[in-house]
Amino acid sequence: MIEQYLPALSTYAGDIDGVITLIAVLTGFWYVLCNIVFFGFIFRYRAKSGASEYITGEEKELKRWVTIPHLLVLVCDLFIIYGAVRVWVDVKQTLPEQPYATVRVVGQQWAWSFVHPGADGKLDTADDIKTVDDLHIVKDKPYIYELVARDVLHNFSVPVFRLKQDAIPGRVIKGWFTATDTGVYDIQCAEICGIGHGVMGARIHITTEEQHAAWIAENTPANLATAPAAPPERKPLAATALAAR
Amino acid sequence: MAMRPIATTRAMTGIPTGRLAVWWVIASEIVIFGGLLGSYIMHRLVNPQWANYAIHTNTWAGAFNTLVLLTSSLSAVLAHHAATHGDGKKAARYLWFTMAGGGIFIVVKAFEWTHEIQLGYTITANAFWAFYYTAAGLHALHVIAGVVIMGIISVDCLKNQELHRVELIGNYWHFVDLVWIFLFPLLYIAK
Amino acid sequence: MAESVPAESAHAHDHHDHHEQSFASKYLFSTDHKIIAMQYMFTGLAMGLIGAFFAYAFRMQLAFPGMDVPFWGQVSAAEYNALVTNHGTIMIFWVAMPVLIAAFGNYLIPLMVGCDDMVFPRLNRLSYQIFLLSAIVLIASFFVEGGAFGGAWTAYPPLSAKAEYSLTPLGSSIWVVAVALEFVAFLLGGINFVTTAMNSRAEGMGMYDIPVVIWMIVIASILFMASVGPLVAGAVMLLFDQTIGTNFFDPDRGGDPVLWQHLFWFFGHPEVYVVLLPAMGITADIMAVFARKKLFAYKTILYTTFATGVLSFMVWAHHQFVAGIDPRMAHVFTITTLLISIPIAELCFVYIATLYKGSITLTTPMLWALAFLFEFLIGGVTGIFLGASGADIYFHDTYFVLAHFHYTFFPIAIIGTYAGITYWFPKMFGRMMNDTLGKIHFWGTIIPFNCIFIPLFFLGMGGQHRRIYNYENFPELAGQGMQDLRVFATVALLVMLAFQVVFVINFIVSLRSGKKAENNPWRANTLEWQTPSPPPHGNFGSEMPKVYRGPYEYSTPGREEDFWPQNAPS
Repeated sequence: MIEQYLPALSTYAGDIDGVITLIAVLTGFWYVLCNIVFFGFIFRYRAKSGASEYITGEEKELKRWVTIPHLLVLVCDLFIIYGAVRVWVDVKQTLPEQPYATVRVVGQQWAWSFVHPGADGKLDTADDIKTVDDLHIVKDKPYIYELVARDVLHNFSVPVFRLKQDAIPGRVIKGWFTATDTGVYDIQCAEICGIGHGVMGARIHITTEEQHAAWIAENTPANLATAPAAPPERKPLAATALAAR
Repeated sequence: MAMRPIATTRAMTGIPTGRLAVWWVIASEIVIFGGLLGSYIMHRLVNPQWANYAIHTNTWAGAFNTLVLLTSSLSAVLAHHAATHGDGKKAARYLWFTMAGGGIFIVVKAFEWTHEIQLGYTITANAFWAFYYTAAGLHALHVIAGVVIMGIISVDCLKNQELHRVELIGNYWHFVDLVWIFLFPLLYIAK
Repeated sequence: MAESVPAESAHAHDHHDHHEQSFASKYLFSTDHKIIAMQYMFTGLAMGLIGAFFAYAFRMQLAFPGMDVPFWGQVSAAEYNALVTNHGTIMIFWVAMPVLIAAFGNYLIPLMVGCDDMVFPRLNRLSYQIFLLSAIVLIASFFVEGGAFGGAWTAYPPLSAKAEYSLTPLGSSIWVVAVALEFVAFLLGGINFVTTAMNSRAEGMGMYDIPVVIWMIVIASILFMASVGPLVAGAVMLLFDQTIGTNFFDPDRGGDPVLWQHLFWFFGHPEVYVVLLPAMGITADIMAVFARKKLFAYKTILYTTFATGVLSFMVWAHHQFVAGIDPRMAHVFTITTLLISIPIAELCFVYIATLYKGSITLTTPMLWALAFLFEFLIGGVTGIFLGASGADIYFHDTYFVLAHFHYTFFPIAIIGTYAGITYWFPKMFGRMMNDTLGKIHFWGTIIPFNCIFIPLFFLGMGGQHRRIYNYENFPELAGQGMQDLRVFATVALLVMLAFQVVFVINFIVSLRSGKKAENNPWRANTLEWQTPSPPPHGNFGSEMPKVYRGPYEYSTPGREEDFWPQNAPS
């Protein structure tokens, strides 16, 4: 259902879309049924069709028309719960045992900065590559992300992955994703974080392993004359926004 | 009181309207304090180091204040007893005794806080002290409000008017007392 | 009870012997529940205009980024945030609550349970005055330095707690104070609603003779009281964090920002039912009258309402699935959230069953009531997507959420209000409203409403996230197709707003020169229709009504008339 609007590019995106479709089918059935009965009654029992009948709603043979559908709704709920929980456990409660790499995602007013492991494949070493608003990952490889926030709440959202997770100052939240195709897509901040919330977007670059190796070689700090700058100061935006008032 | 509507005189449940209203007030206060203390307890559970801050509270002052409040609750009961027997003057005297208890409580609290603030444990020191001052302060406001209302009611009592209100303020006072019974161990004893 | 009966007639006499009152004491400082109800209603509707104007301003910005919005000007990022924040705050706290609970509660409770006023009239007046003050305080936040608060109506810290993050040093504090004052007003009001309905019912009116709308308002007041406390405490904590620099929500010094989310949603979710229930009650009464039918399974409605109320306290964290709570908690809250669909589905089924073998007249109030059911059903089924943890990972904070809750809140706050006003207008003002204008207004509201929000569902599915002043910064969301949907929604909003003028005209014209209303123009059973329109001071003249039967005895076999007033002796 969602894929018509947005490609599904993580291993679990299809599962999440599946839950959404499941719910759409089940609720859609009840929705249509309710409306058929609802409009049917309105049409059938208009005032001119005669006087109304005295029904209290306690009559057994009538009450079961409410009770039985009601139990069926409960059954549908169980299916939905099962589907939702299964996906949730996969996305939020498990981490890949042998991740290809770990990336650090840092949210702050109003930019995303990313720390990629360098050629050694480890974080917090000298060859880490820091970028602002551009995350570079390899297709078909399980990644773990470590999500932190420097100031207020942010939400690391990658729509094509169907992934969302709040970043909370003072905590490190871990999660995972595996991209299934290459390309460049949006990263959003999906939790209001102040005046610049509307410009807090980034891009995720999904590449093949060779392209990624080339990118690492090109960007490893030792190879560069100057190391990439610290996250940019975007305060001027706030200043202009305030001045506009 | 000619303006009192018929609605106020009815008691379909058998419970006087005033008592129902006080129960409503107490219930809404319980959830307010409940929310505050619940938040505090959740923090204590994940921050065992808060015990190191709590040792700077004065347990003896807190214990003395507990005694004062309990005693004042007793005199509130006696005031109610007197009021049900139609003895407004006696009820008023017991209410004044209760008010005195509330007054002593506040004075002790003031000394306590002065001392703690002088040591640098202000409300902004850390989250423990923020909870400490906010919870105890909110409670102290309730004590002050109770004392003021009791003063107003005791004036009516002297004229033998509105004696049923003695019971209502008594119920409120027991509630204020009860909140302290929760605050005292949580803020002072748990170290 | 026994002692109060002889007192009543004596009281009634000196009570109604009132003198000519000045305008101020009659309309501004009155303790009469009907006047207070009107004060609440007109204040609420005026705030509704402001909320609608905010919606207009930010929707224009979304459809035509950077344009000079007529009557507002350029919408900056800061202003956009302030507009959406206060649109939400106003519509829930200053429109839905005052109109549905306070206005209808104040007006209907004494009339429908058959007494002359609320049990604490002066407290009632105080409640309104505090409410009015809170509204003024909120509006004032737009005129202070730094502008109004823009951290969303949920006000999550640390953004809301620190001026260096929010850049609205005064606005955020004023916002918290206004909301806290509003809570106090409704806690005070709730005392009256509950005690009056419990204690002051007319002689003979048992628990199951109370009209559903009164039950719903009372249950809503209790839900409000039981849920708001922690947030009152939270508001104090937030205000201290903002103003004196405490650190309840500051992770660096022992605080926890997620605590606020729990306090907020522990209130925030029951709050949905606080405003939903009165609207459902209004709908129930209207549907029974215009289908000339007894409500289907009255007691079932009550029990499911209780069940909904209890369950509503156990679902709050479904707003926080991806907010960093323990992921295992999500299972619990998925289950409770889907369970709450059971009583709500039951209510919908029972309401539809009420139409079965009825004799339905599609008057304007009935149209509104039926539309409520129709639209709310959409809100209900789309809620399932968000309550299911797995699906919410994607939908969280998208326009799908936004469209979903507008499909619940719009039927509640707008459709429910119009249903109530068009139904009780003859009683309130003694004149009939124009039915043709009413129907024009109805269709002119319902059709554009769906045109606004159905596109937003699709935008949400396309990944459009909320509270963004300009989507041009996000390549995936900047496409022409999505922009067209935004423009469509905005145009629909303009059409809907334009049709509200019809309502205003209808209201004013009917008020001045509408057909005089009889006591009981809809041939209804409940007590408020058994007294003159509008009811006199004291409501029922010298003799208070006695109740002989339940409120929904329509089309009773063996009777000539198809209704049977509650106070008619058999």
